[in-house]
Amino acid sequence: MSDSAVRVGVLRQRHAAAIDAILARYPADQKRSAVMPLLYLAQHAYGYLTPAAIEEVAGLIDLSSTEVGSLVGFYTLYHDAPDGKVRMQVCTDLPCALRGAEDFARQVCANLGIRLGETTPDGAVTVEEVMCLAGCDKAPLFQVQDESGIHYRENQTVESALAWIDEVRRAHGRG
Amino acid sequence: MAAAEHVVLRHRDLPGLDRLETYLEHGGFETLRRVVREKSPDEVIEIVKASGLRGRGGAGFPTGVKWSFLTPDVFPRYVVVNADESEPGTFKDREIMERNPFQLLEGIALCAYAARARVAYIYCRGEFWDLAHALEARIAEARARGLLGPDLFGTDFSLEVFVHLGAGAYICGEETALLESLEGKLGQPRLRPPFPAAKGLYGMPTVVNNVETLANLPPILEHGAEWYRSIGTAESPGTKVFSLSGHVARPGNVELPFGTTFRTLIFEHGGGIPNGRNVKAILPAGASAPILAATDEVLDTPMAYEALPKVGSMLGSASIIVMDDSVDVAWVALKTTRFFKHESCGKCTPCREGTYWMLHVLERLHGRADGAGQVDLLQSVAKGIEGKCLCPLGEFAILPVLSGIERFRPDFAAHENGR
Repeated sequence: MSDSAVRVGVLRQRHAAAIDAILARYPADQKRSAVMPLLYLAQHAYGYLTPAAIEEVAGLIDLSSTEVGSLVGFYTLYHDAPDGKVRMQVCTDLPCALRGAEDFARQVCANLGIRLGETTPDGAVTVEEVMCLAGCDKAPLFQVQDESGIHYRENQTVESALAWIDEVRRAHGRG
Repeated sequence: MAAAEHVVLRHRDLPGLDRLETYLEHGGFETLRRVVREKSPDEVIEIVKASGLRGRGGAGFPTGVKWSFLTPDVFPRYVVVNADESEPGTFKDREIMERNPFQLLEGIALCAYAARARVAYIYCRGEFWDLAHALEARIAEARARGLLGPDLFGTDFSLEVFVHLGAGAYICGEETALLESLEGKLGQPRLRPPFPAAKGLYGMPTVVNNVETLANLPPILEHGAEWYRSIGTAESPGTKVFSLSGHVARPGNVELPFGTTFRTLIFEHGGGIPNGRNVKAILPAGASAPILAATDEVLDTPMAYEALPKVGSMLGSASIIVMDDSVDVAWVALKTTRFFKHESCGKCTPCREGTYWMLHVLERLHGRADGAGQVDLLQSVAKGIEGKCLCPLGEFAILPVLSGIERFRPDFAAHENGR
């Protein structure tokens, strides 16, 4: 989606039912509570949280863009920059590290010719380290953030991860 | 433990319990039906108090007592379910929500009935995206069957349950930060008192309970307080879901009575230490407790809230991270400190700056530069955080570091002397 399509009002037009359903979960005088689900909605609609998307979310719940922007900065699952189309986020916290997650992440990156935190040259996949994902007994594992949400891939090997990345990159290449 | 003794992980005895039909076939929601028809909310609170159920999120505070602190006669009240499971090494709530979701929902309803609340929010960490959506579908299913929603079981008790997704912040597991986040603010802890029971969500009386705590309620109200107290120890009644991770042959969740020893958990249920190695150290509460040297005394310590302080640690969320004798405890300190530095919310200066500097010193110790004096410096920075923060995160951050230096000094000294 081009940036010009992302302007204030679009979210409301295209996702009116979803917005109303979100607002209905909270007391009418506590609309602010809806900010997190609305940011997810906007992020999945636009790929990442553009300034216009933040402004639109703010408008829906009578907050300022600055207030909403500070939340985007505070919580790690919101993104205000495009990066790779798919984020592969490997948990390397202590319990996973004890089961080889650091080596796993290093080898995956070495095979891709990138460093942790970088994106493949085709813009398809960004590989990152993250904090504990509550899957310590199924390490190595990573979560995938893409347009459809957040999904876990557990009990991984370097081979299984690379095979999955290949698939993602092929799909990305097909546009 | 015989399979029949599962109290919380009952899906392991009863396959398919995550389907509503199966849950109902095994008597699901019968306890809720009986309770809302036959007992008053105060009677429920008394039974839960008598059972001795303690909060499973880490603090171990008696659940019924927590409920009894709700400010009288102030409404609306809220129930908030802490499903922000983010402690390194903890993955028990996830299994409960995925595999035994209706027992959790029945527990939430029992809690809401006791608290006289009509709305409950399940605050689920954002990473549990798929799980949260599955849970929403199960709530809708239960509601369609008249097990949640308006006028339950022909009474005037109504309950709506909503899932609220977090967005990646460990601090939101702290109950007041969680409430701030649910209100659409930065997830930063509040000054206490007032506690949530007086001023919680939207300033109203609120019960905040962990997933595992609430999943204990249907069996307690079905079988009674006396039955519950027949399991576990006098001060820690019932069972606990222990998340076992690290250097064990079979990591995973194991539900056992409180009072089971580390040795039984690690060697009987976890299959022991792989690769012919020996156990060196144990973190009994994820990253948030002092690290223990795995001596015979420690291995034979019963895992109960009252027993762990006697050997110099805490049970917390009972996330048992096992480390073999190949592990360098200075590296463990680096890992836990990196976690807490990343997760410090930045509100209190000693935590924000202290975790930053602890990590800096630990990285220096692990780097090529001369490490002389760095261990003492690390201790001094850690002690500068102690007792100076609003919430326990800063306190947690220093526990594995100070205990690590105290109990595994040679591991740290080796780095000081040029690795």
